[in-house]
Amino acid sequence: MSTIFASPTPGSVPPKIALRIDRHAFPLRDVPGGEFVAMSGVAIDVPAGEFLTIVGPSGCGKTTLLEILAGLATPTAGSLRIDGQEVSGPSLSRGIVFQQYALLPWRTALANVEFSLEAAGGLSRRERRDKAQAALELVGLKGFEERFPHELSGGMKQRVAIARSLVYEPDILLMDEPFGALDAQTRELLQQELLSLWQRTRTTVVFITHSIDEAVYLGQRVAVMTSRPGRIKAMVDVDLPRADLDADIRSHPDFARYRHEIWDLMRGEIARARAPVAPTFWSDPTPPRERSQTATAN
Amino acid sequence: MSIIATDEDRGRLAAGISAARLSGWLGTLRGLAWKSASLVAVFALWEALPRLGLVDRVWFPPFTQVLGVIVQMLRSGELQNHIAGSLIRSVIGFGLAVSLAVPLGLVIGWYARVRDFLTSALEFFRNTSALALLPVFILFLGIGEASKIGIVTFACFFPILLNTISGVKSVDPLLIKSARSLALPAPSIFTKIILPSAVPSVFTGFRLAAQSSILVLIAAEMVGATRGLGYLINYAQFNFLIPKMYAGILTIALIGLAVNQLLVTAERRLSRWRVPTSNA
Repeated sequence: MSTIFASPTPGSVPPKIALRIDRHAFPLRDVPGGEFVAMSGVAIDVPAGEFLTIVGPSGCGKTTLLEILAGLATPTAGSLRIDGQEVSGPSLSRGIVFQQYALLPWRTALANVEFSLEAAGGLSRRERRDKAQAALELVGLKGFEERFPHELSGGMKQRVAIARSLVYEPDILLMDEPFGALDAQTRELLQQELLSLWQRTRTTVVFITHSIDEAVYLGQRVAVMTSRPGRIKAMVDVDLPRADLDADIRSHPDFARYRHEIWDLMRGEIARARAPVAPTFWSDPTPPRERSQTATAN
Repeated sequence: MSIIATDEDRGRLAAGISAARLSGWLGTLRGLAWKSASLVAVFALWEALPRLGLVDRVWFPPFTQVLGVIVQMLRSGELQNHIAGSLIRSVIGFGLAVSLAVPLGLVIGWYARVRDFLTSALEFFRNTSALALLPVFILFLGIGEASKIGIVTFACFFPILLNTISGVKSVDPLLIKSARSLALPAPSIFTKIILPSAVPSVFTGFRLAAQSSILVLIAAEMVGATRGLGYLINYAQFNFLIPKMYAGILTIALIGLAVNQLLVTAERRLSRWRVPTSNA
């Protein structure tokens, strides 16, 4: 673990993502001058092309971590380097997929995918259309181009959202519990499709989930997060035969082993996160945003 | 009849119009008939009550007599003159209100601090009856067109403003977050996310404003005008031209109905998220 903060040796390729959050705190609105430390001592290096999953109990700061990776938030103390370059603020090198799809309801599926190309700029209308069409085809939505989001199922909406994030070919795909709102069958199907997409595009993926099963199924590496304050408790390398996606990876004996290993790591954490800390509401260490999110998620 | 209809059907089928579509039209027609049945009943009652002597036909002339007066007034051009007078005032007043309230509402809705600052004053004015302010408007703007247009503007202003504010306020923050993650600059976030999200709510404001503009204008025209539907009703009543008075009332109701229908249709289309995508 001591190597984490070591500077890269000269000549070596810097990791795709090098995230250091020494400290990330929110001011407490109720207590003047008070603050709540959401994360401390988080250090994550993600090599190019890796599929990293981050699993942790709800309220451990997973979403905040992803927002920092996306550039939507800046750590109180720390840094984010992409390809060795310090970055601040969002950019099109990172695409983000949200749990609640975030599709524009007044645009058709195709126009929603075109939206991110409009943001990227530099393409003609015709080119945007063609690229968006290809992206929808990639996620299996050929023929649904002219549907509005309210005319699509949850799984289809999330496919549109994935197509929208893939269409401008970001180096990094950030996913915040993207399949959390889907039913079990659709979730498994989309997990498999995501793996297949990743194997074809070899985009670096950081995928956040609270499901151990999902984390083990998808991730080459699983980062286990603890709460109060959020830290990376352990990194688990997952070596499962994923070449044949039609094979039932979940029934592989190693799958159960990894699952149990992570479950063991998290068990204490979940109990700790559930335990009431103090009866006063201002001492609830969950930042307000997370609080409302967990409320809607349940 | 039915044989002719089937022949027509065949012709249409040959012309490439499917039978399903035709039955769809028939269904729509049947729906329309059902929906307008109550209105037909009202007119029938209006016709029957005076003719049966249940009410005095001097004070309440039958429907067809009122229609006859409307046709007569249309022929002489008198009614068009009054309609034009009223419509010009309300369209100008409505237009002024739109051009003031929409931009202001967008700003107030977006900046929470401005909103917090202005809310109490806005609530105060919103709860001030526009008609109660008519004497004030006349005092400042005179008895002519300016005071009437002014009061219509005032009456239209608040429904549009408040609905624009709530439209902007209710923009899904996740959409803004997702746009920010695409590094979309602020002006584009405004035109591509906030504006289209607010459109249905703004349109509800337009509809409410149109209703109150007609209401307020008629009252204003009753107080002081030489032209307009409010003037027509008041003048007819003073001179015991009772059928003419009802003709004015009926015209106002029909105009109100038509305007509302127009805006409801527009609103429904926009709320179905058929907003044309801005391809900037």
